[in-house]
Amino acid sequence: MIAHAIFFYTFSIIAVVSAIMVTASKNTVHSVFFLILDFISISCLFIMIGAEFLGMIMLIVYVGAVAVLFLFVVMMLNVAQQKNQWFAGQQSSRHIPVGLIISTLIFFEIIIVIGGWKYKPEIFDINNSISQASISNTHSLGQVLYTDYIHVFQISGMILLVAMVGAIVLTFRQRSGVKRQSYIKQISRERAEGVEVLEVQSNKGVKLDD
Amino acid sequence: MIDIGLGHYLTLGAVIFSIGVIGIFLNRKNIIVILMSIELILLAVNINLVAFSIYLGDLAGQVFTLFILTVAAAEAAIGLAIIVVYFRNSGTIRVEEIDKLKG
Repeated sequence: MIAHAIFFYTFSIIAVVSAIMVTASKNTVHSVFFLILDFISISCLFIMIGAEFLGMIMLIVYVGAVAVLFLFVVMMLNVAQQKNQWFAGQQSSRHIPVGLIISTLIFFEIIIVIGGWKYKPEIFDINNSISQASISNTHSLGQVLYTDYIHVFQISGMILLVAMVGAIVLTFRQRSGVKRQSYIKQISRERAEGVEVLEVQSNKGVKLDD
Repeated sequence: MIDIGLGHYLTLGAVIFSIGVIGIFLNRKNIIVILMSIELILLAVNINLVAFSIYLGDLAGQVFTLFILTVAAAEAAIGLAIIVVYFRNSGTIRVEEIDKLKG
């Protein structure tokens, strides 16, 4: 129990501090790295609490794909170093108290909801579907995911397909003046337009026009 | 304090959610940081779902976390593609200078 508390507080403090640094750091590349640190510590929390499959998936999907995509876009757009950010700028400083007030309001609302909620004590005792020791978390998740939630699973696959097609269509552009290979032109070339038979007279060359 | 329960995880989720909202409001740099704040908010929601799923013994929370992860990945890809196209057309993605809609 002590170890659980120590690990929980360590990872959650790392997560909260790196979440603050995501929004507050001056360099965008640094905020991407703090986002990666945040995801790693939260996935450690997931693994510690008993959801190992989701922790590993968080590592693969977020750290491996999404954060690297962010990093790639930040470096491609060359916006890493921009002057006068955050509190600089006179006409924009009126957003800051409004934002702070609204977000602290949201935070205290959530805290009031959580703190005022009394759980029935027997609700934690009916722990049946997860706590079977013989079956792992991934196994039980797979048993549910491919039977009860199969339609939602396929719809999420369709969402990923649509997102992939949309991203390609949005960022695709055709440049003019780039030489490309055209298979149709290559295949449909005939002898008449490739070869010309000339009568070469002596002491005179052949003038080719190309 | 030592006995870690459901309330601790929910509080952690609330803190990260609020930091995400602060990041959306206070950001003056570029849209990419706003997208990262949205990712933080989705992460807070995931923490809540996983904590409830573990402590109540119901696997549906973890399944829904999986789907939220899918949608978050799709949203990040589409959002970054839109940002790349906007940067190509206007040359900036600073939040203050994106005012073509006069909002």
